[in-house]
Amino acid sequence: MALGEFRSAQHEGTSVSHGHAPGTPLLRVRDASVRFGGVRSLRGVTLQVNRGDFIALVGANGSGKTTLLRLLHGLLAFEGERQLLDAQALQVMVFQRPFMLRLSVWHNVLLALWLARMPRMGRAERSARAMQALERVGLGALRERPARALSGGEQQRLALARAWAVRPQVMFLDEPTASLDPSAKREIEALLEGFRADGLTLVMSTHNLGQAKRLATRVVYLDRGELRVDLPTEYFFADHVDGRADLFLKGELSWNLE
Amino acid sequence: MNDFAQSLQTALALITSGDPALVRTVAMSLAVSGTACLFAAGFGLASGAWLAVARFPGHRAVVLLLNTLLALPSVVVGLTVYLLLSRSGPLGSWGILFTPTAMVIAQTMLVFPVVAALARQLVGDSLRDGGDQLRSMGAGPLTCALLMLVHDRWAVVTLLLAAFGRAISEVGAVMIVGGNIAGVTRVMTTAIALETSKGDLPLAMALGLVLLAVVAVINLLIGFGQRGQGSALAGVR
Repeated sequence: MALGEFRSAQHEGTSVSHGHAPGTPLLRVRDASVRFGGVRSLRGVTLQVNRGDFIALVGANGSGKTTLLRLLHGLLAFEGERQLLDAQALQVMVFQRPFMLRLSVWHNVLLALWLARMPRMGRAERSARAMQALERVGLGALRERPARALSGGEQQRLALARAWAVRPQVMFLDEPTASLDPSAKREIEALLEGFRADGLTLVMSTHNLGQAKRLATRVVYLDRGELRVDLPTEYFFADHVDGRADLFLKGELSWNLE
Repeated sequence: MNDFAQSLQTALALITSGDPALVRTVAMSLAVSGTACLFAAGFGLASGAWLAVARFPGHRAVVLLLNTLLALPSVVVGLTVYLLLSRSGPLGSWGILFTPTAMVIAQTMLVFPVVAALARQLVGDSLRDGGDQLRSMGAGPLTCALLMLVHDRWAVVTLLLAAFGRAISEVGAVMIVGGNIAGVTRVMTTAIALETSKGDLPLAMALGLVLLAVVAVINLLIGFGQRGQGSALAGVR
């Protein structure tokens, strides 16, 4: 997509295609702000998520990435506007530290399916879906193990299984590979690429610029709670940014957010 | 000292021989306190879970009251239930004063705040860890709270054992509403009080030893429960 066409579509809040085709808008926030006590964590953010996007949210610690993810997913009170442009699009979120109930791997996935309240899904179908999800992430053999006894990488894979089992249209991920070793990171990235190939729309926060470059179709840069840059990946990494975004890319941005 | 040793010997003989009065008294204690704890568990766990997620005007005051009732004196509970169930009270027509039913009601009122307050705390702490994630999966607030009771089931068992310990070792409430009637409403604690005042030390000591044994078993079970929670957490990241 040409940069001009992308910018125009994002600015006008329009789609670059129609219906359920890639590029159809799914979700939009306009001029959204979030305050925690006296601290304004997000200020005036406008962002549109289109079907088929793989958006990487990047920025320094405390820039508002997790807050924006939670806002997009509807977990936070905020000022501004949030529109679900496709009300049927099921959203899920995978958190940085997945919370597992003190149940088996199997029951954690079953629980997600039960909570999603999928109509007309009988017990047999729920079990089949759960097994499919566990096998997709390579945890089929560990189904009886206590979920909280899994390794960090395995728990993250279980979280992805739990999320994917309900067949979402949009998946939000908060630094899914933070604190994982390189091989576990690669496993997670391969799963995310697979989800994207299946047509899932993904919005992921990450500190790993290489990961953003490898996986994302769009990069959104946040700085001190404000959305500064929103570009297709190839443009973001091809010197189309300046100022603090450029300093961030070069690793020269100070830790001091003031 | 000889009297003490003799009384102790007689007490042990009563226990080992299964003295009918002793067995009847112990059985009544276990039945009354066990039933009261079952009711308190049902209402208390549900109330505690609900309070952990409910938001309404006066919520803080209700939580403060509940925490205050943790230290509710058993005689105050006994007096309250007595006033309710006496012939001149609002529930006098039920005719259940000086029956095991009245004792169950009194002990349920006594341990309900223990269960509810501790359950609220337990659920609230767990929700801080994982409430958002359960909400994100589609769980409503009360469902989140109830799931946390399942998640923390070992802690819930510990809590219920502690409530049972409180119930079975109290004397004030059951003395007032039960009347300590032999073979009808006499439980271990009221029997110990009576037999000691009569100077019949062997039976009082026997009951005391059994009561100690019950409390010791409860503590052992609490320990197993906590170890169970620990082993369930083994390898947890």
